[in-house]
Amino acid sequence: MIRFEKRPQPSKAFAYATPLLAVLATFFFGGLLFAALGKDPVQSIVTIFWQPLFGEFAFFYRPQLLIKGAPLVLIAIGLSLGFRAGIWNIGAEGQYIMGALFGAGVGLAFYPAESFLIFPLMVVAGALGGMLWAMIPALLKVKFGTNEILVSLMLVYVAEQFLASMSLGLLKNPEGFGFPGSRNLQQYPSAHNAEIIAGSGMHWGVVAAMIAVIFAYVLFARHKLGFAIRVTGEAPRAARFSGVNPGRLVVFCLGASGMLAGLAGLFEVSGPAGQVTIDFNVGYGFTAIIVAFLGRLNPIGIVLAGLLMALTYIGGDIAQSQLQLPAAAIQVFQGMLLFFLLAFDLFTNYRLRFGRTEVA
Amino acid sequence: MDLSSINPILLVAALMSAATPILLAATGELVAERAGVLNLGVEGMMIIGAICGFAIAVETGSPTVGFIAAAIGGALLSLLFAFLTQVTLANQVASGLALTLFGLGLSALLGQGYVGIKPPRMPDINFGPLADIPVVGPILFSHDPILYFGIVLVACVWAVLKFTRLGLVLRAVGENHEAAHALGYKVVRIRTLAIMFGGACAGMGGAYISLIRVPQWTEGMTAGVGWIALALVVFASWKPWRVLLGAYLFGGITQLQLNLQGAGVAIPVEYLAMSPYVITIIVLVILSADKSAAPGSLGRTFHASS
Amino acid sequence: MTALLSLKGLTKAYPGVVANDDVSLTIGEGEVHALLGENGAGKSTLVKMIYGLVKPDSGEMMLHGAPFTPPEPRAARAAGVGMVFQHFSLFDALSVAENIALGMEDAPKMGALSQRIRDVSDTYGLPLSPDRIVGDLSAGERQRVEIIRCLLQAPRLLIMDEPTSVLTPQEVDILFETLRKLRDEGTSILYISHKLEEIRTLCDAATILRLGKVVGDCIPRDTTARDMAEMMVGKVLTTPKRSGVTLGETVLELKNLSLPSPSAFGMPLRDISFTLQKGEVLGIGGVAGNGQDELLAALSGEMRSPPGMLHFQGTDIGKSGPVERRRIGLLAAPEERLGHAAAPDMSLTENAMLTGAVREGLEKNGFLDWPSARTFAENIIEAFDVRTPGPANAARSLSGGNLQKFVIGREVLQRPEVLVVNQPTWGVDASAAAAIRQALLDLAQAGAAVVVISQDLDELMEISDRFAALNEGRLSDPRDTDGLTVEQIGLMMGGAHGMEVAHV
Repeated sequence: MIRFEKRPQPSKAFAYATPLLAVLATFFFGGLLFAALGKDPVQSIVTIFWQPLFGEFAFFYRPQLLIKGAPLVLIAIGLSLGFRAGIWNIGAEGQYIMGALFGAGVGLAFYPAESFLIFPLMVVAGALGGMLWAMIPALLKVKFGTNEILVSLMLVYVAEQFLASMSLGLLKNPEGFGFPGSRNLQQYPSAHNAEIIAGSGMHWGVVAAMIAVIFAYVLFARHKLGFAIRVTGEAPRAARFSGVNPGRLVVFCLGASGMLAGLAGLFEVSGPAGQVTIDFNVGYGFTAIIVAFLGRLNPIGIVLAGLLMALTYIGGDIAQSQLQLPAAAIQVFQGMLLFFLLAFDLFTNYRLRFGRTEVA
Repeated sequence: MDLSSINPILLVAALMSAATPILLAATGELVAERAGVLNLGVEGMMIIGAICGFAIAVETGSPTVGFIAAAIGGALLSLLFAFLTQVTLANQVASGLALTLFGLGLSALLGQGYVGIKPPRMPDINFGPLADIPVVGPILFSHDPILYFGIVLVACVWAVLKFTRLGLVLRAVGENHEAAHALGYKVVRIRTLAIMFGGACAGMGGAYISLIRVPQWTEGMTAGVGWIALALVVFASWKPWRVLLGAYLFGGITQLQLNLQGAGVAIPVEYLAMSPYVITIIVLVILSADKSAAPGSLGRTFHASS
Repeated sequence: MTALLSLKGLTKAYPGVVANDDVSLTIGEGEVHALLGENGAGKSTLVKMIYGLVKPDSGEMMLHGAPFTPPEPRAARAAGVGMVFQHFSLFDALSVAENIALGMEDAPKMGALSQRIRDVSDTYGLPLSPDRIVGDLSAGERQRVEIIRCLLQAPRLLIMDEPTSVLTPQEVDILFETLRKLRDEGTSILYISHKLEEIRTLCDAATILRLGKVVGDCIPRDTTARDMAEMMVGKVLTTPKRSGVTLGETVLELKNLSLPSPSAFGMPLRDISFTLQKGEVLGIGGVAGNGQDELLAALSGEMRSPPGMLHFQGTDIGKSGPVERRRIGLLAAPEERLGHAAAPDMSLTENAMLTGAVREGLEKNGFLDWPSARTFAENIIEAFDVRTPGPANAARSLSGGNLQKFVIGREVLQRPEVLVVNQPTWGVDASAAAAIRQALLDLAQAGAAVVVISQDLDELMEISDRFAALNEGRLSDPRDTDGLTVEQIGLMMGGAHGMEVAHV
């Protein structure tokens, strides 16, 4: 009979191996899924993972990795701050939207003036928008003990309605022939989140993501706030004993993740997406949750996981057009990745034992 | 703006129907949470139920068989969650989210051939002359069978939890899984069964949307209703009859804001559409004080270490 | 006397340790049999085998002369074996009757069950109302629920695991009356304890375990406590040395400290007052659940107090948090080793940083000095003989005694002005316990003030200068330990809570 026995020490070896095992298991079962859909499994996997990196049009797809990966990494870093403390910000999608709305709103308010100050102001506004939206669940949790999962999630739907309302109302392009949506910020030079190195895909959002990764790394490795977050997540009573103020931690974690999500929204709407429309948000806020867990809530891991997820998006698009693989198959694939990661993580803390039946 | 176009009797009848999917899903989740498991995958289980119910109903021509299939589909998906949290001891929040994402994707895949198809209709129960009684008739006697099933389900869950041994054991497992284990109760088995019950109910709730409410299949058609069901369990303080009340309240608001939109009220459509969610938050805040009602082991991982 | 239960050659091994090695013993009918041993001697494992929670690797058990191999507790209960655990399996949010029903095989309906509960509790002098919510009961009352749960199933053998750790001296007497009545009716009792005087008062026979083996048996009435202790420990015991005490100025003062209960099932603190002088050891006794955790939290800073109630060297520190209090020299060591005093999955270095950052200079401008934290952890490990491969090991990998040495050592090495400890030697083997007690005494000798909160009255009598008892959130007036009798202590602890002597 199979039993699981708790290890005296978490296994370092497995902590590194688990994501790899999860990826391999997903390749295998994903392949089965593709076969069930009538597609050649090997060809599908190659199309999704190999082609964007090394195939014929890789020069086009590789920058896409940065473009799609940056918001994922940026949001996921923010999420990891909270998740490691047991503070579950599920509403990053809503904070992303609000950041975009605030930032775009500021930019459009200055139209058509040109100034190098406009973009930085937009960045600040985007950060503020996301942070304020995250403060709602934060303060409700601190003051009333309300569950932040449900509040932050409800606010996603509220934010989506705001977005629709803004696209059709306040932010609507007066020269847009009546179509919903704001002006295209890509055509407004002061507000455009342009590529820093042309053709590389590296826009200011990518830079922000890199800064966030470094910041998070240092925070967790050397700063007392990072330590406070880790202890709160692992042993909340010990954290309080140590002197951690739980309310302040909630405000910091939710505020910081809201800010980063808002920034991601701002960089996206003023860059790759270009304009505020009813559905410019593509679910980065939710995918970032997978990225955070896949990266084991560790900054370096999140970078790798973010790039991997971006790869599945891009590869998935290619597979859709070349192999007629349905888009939903990629979503299933991503869900499987998270599923296997969670399952294999068991071995980090528990050992497999075969033995006589004990009452369990 | 023509408020007189809103008929209160029809509103109540309509809200009961609007409330049923949430009611079914929330009741199932209540059972799971009373056993100590926080399953955030309700949305995923509902949408799987929606497509399973739809597809089977179309293939077999029978909506009843469709509902049964929806229950089975929801229960099967919930088994994944049970495996993750009870066997591999994964974090319940992450596992629930994984379930939702997986369920949304899988349902979209399965539903590909079914977009735009009309499902077989489930006729309302014919109560004969009872349905013609003014006021009471439309409210109580003119609904489809599943709506009544939902109410009966709430009553059964309440009775089982309060009066039977099974209910007592389930509550004990949710209160203190260590003590339940020490007394010899199979915590993992009981929780898995509770999770599957939750999945089956959520599946039926989803099928109600695709087979009766709308009725058709679209990707992501549950539109967040699973999350509302989760919130409902919290502000019902884990008591079955309060779930019924909360579901009707939410259904009422949803229906009312639709009616207000239709009546040409001067509030922009988007703000009306926001209202159910905002009100959910407000009610959650007000009722957060009753935290002591939460089952003691809710959300905590159980590992038998003899 | 016919044998009720006979164990022959029972052996059970776990990876790295042989919990029971060829253990044999016999319990007669109508006999109160003590199972003596230190923590880690193998008593729990042996008893789990009898109760069906664990299967022996080899050996046999016979009940009434027939082979007895319960695959699970249910079978043991059906065979007539009942067990009252040291750590209760109770559900706080459910009623007494519901709790009892959960522990029974074929529970009768609630109405009939409630009546039976009333009958049994009256007969055996353990009054209990079936409708009360268990979370509201005191520790002694909760034990009654466990006992009545067993008694309702008419056991032939009742196993009791460390039953008196939650009782006042008067309540112990009443419990013993109940047990004697059961014995006279023919029920046998297997009584696990390390409290030698109690065993001498109550038990007919005793088996002594050490490191998994039976090292002796005796008739407690005819053996001295000292002899039994030496058989348990295997060597001659040394009592900690407390040299002449010179008390300094007042360093800590509590004035009518009152705080509401932190949670639904906690205990409020009511009007607690005492002063503490440098060089003094104040012992605070009391049965668990009377406010010990809350008092520690109020002193450590986890719970803040209103102004005017808590003064340290003359300054009001009521609203200071744990970090502030550490800075001025008020340190604490909570009862729960894993999860409160230390984070189980974190390394000893990280756990050293947990409380040592302030006084050991491990933090500069918000940044943490991990190499110095490691050195601090290594110092603790060396000074307190903590058995572990190194400071990188997780706290949960240490044995209870070693972790406790680390946790206490961590605070002692920070040179506190005042140290407050809660249950410092609970679940710790004798040599580690002695080392910890000596460390506390040495600390007081060096001029610090120490508050020891403990359920172990023997320990408190040994090391305290003054003694006070915590009861229902109230503290009795501290008295000098010199000359204090068990009777007086019992009364300070509140006497017996609503109990009556058994109605024969």
